[in-house]
Amino acid sequence: MSWFNKLFGEKEASGAVAKQRLQMVLIHDRSEVSPGLIEQIKDDIIRVIASRLAIDEEHVKIDLTQSGRESYLMAEIPLDTKARSRA
Amino acid sequence: MSAKVITVTSGKGGVGKTTVTANLAAALAMQGRKVVAMDADIGLRNLDVVMGLENRIVYDLVDVIEGRCRLRQAMIKDKRQPELYLIPAAQTRDKMAVSPSDMVLVCDQLREEMDYIVIDSPAGIERGFRNAIAPADQIIIVTNPEVSAVRDADRIIGLVEAEEKGPAKLLINRLKPSMVARGDMLSIEDVIDILAIDLIGVIPEDESILVASNQGLPVAMTSVNGSSASQAFRNVAQRIEGVDVPFMDLTQKDGFMERLRSWLAGES
Repeated sequence: MSWFNKLFGEKEASGAVAKQRLQMVLIHDRSEVSPGLIEQIKDDIIRVIASRLAIDEEHVKIDLTQSGRESYLMAEIPLDTKARSRA
Repeated sequence: MSAKVITVTSGKGGVGKTTVTANLAAALAMQGRKVVAMDADIGLRNLDVVMGLENRIVYDLVDVIEGRCRLRQAMIKDKRQPELYLIPAAQTRDKMAVSPSDMVLVCDQLREEMDYIVIDSPAGIERGFRNAIAPADQIIIVTNPEVSAVRDADRIIGLVEAEEKGPAKLLINRLKPSMVARGDMLSIEDVIDILAIDLIGVIPEDESILVASNQGLPVAMTSVNGSSASQAFRNVAQRIEGVDVPFMDLTQKDGFMERLRSWLAGES
């Protein structure tokens, strides 16, 4: 948003809002994966990995993303390095 | 000769499928091709009125399928073009009167003598949609630059891929350049970015479409002077023929405030 728009107190252009809303809704439409299922998968992954490795459970991220028309499940699982250095 | 079957579909209703079908059929016929426009919206026929041929219907698609007439008898000749025909839908039956294999059979008979068969699909993703895409060689998905229409187009793209009828091509209808310019409408780039399929055309919102259709005239048959939509439809027909026509410039900065805004934002 330019300073001109801010000066006149305008809201974010509705076209950009539309695009953002579409991208969010289509991620779930395309994969038929609900946000609730993602949370369950996240819990399962944490359980499996934490049984073998020290991980920073608070910062685990599991997200559905798109590239073209393909959907990917992206997992970001930080290791708990403090635990490792203690070992 | 073996015709190419093009099915025009969208998922969502009211995005302009019938108008697109009538205009592509007309524009292809104007390029000297033999064309049949076929209405697959059984029970809610409208392609006849959009083409201005409603007073000449004797037989319809269901009569052909149920053997009450020969295929030729159900083909209404559009007298404004030498080789343009309409096969109307039945108005008093429902979509279950036709099956996907019926559509394949009818199109196979037509393929021998035509260059193009352009099928107008009903809205939705049920039987009528399945009927319309069954014989298709190329599917054109019509959408409008708005959230609900693009979402439905995405669903249709997925269904078309699942039926191995892809890749479909996208036609964006009713784009308002002035709204895109002020950021209040999804742009062509936004829609392509989201749907990730090839674009075959963009039709601007244009009053001349309604003016022509009030008179039962596809706008593509009217002069391109003063009607950007007429030109846009003719361009799509050329692309269907394999001609590499550049897309019309539909960018617009309109009004004093817009120009002031873009000047102050350093865009100009």
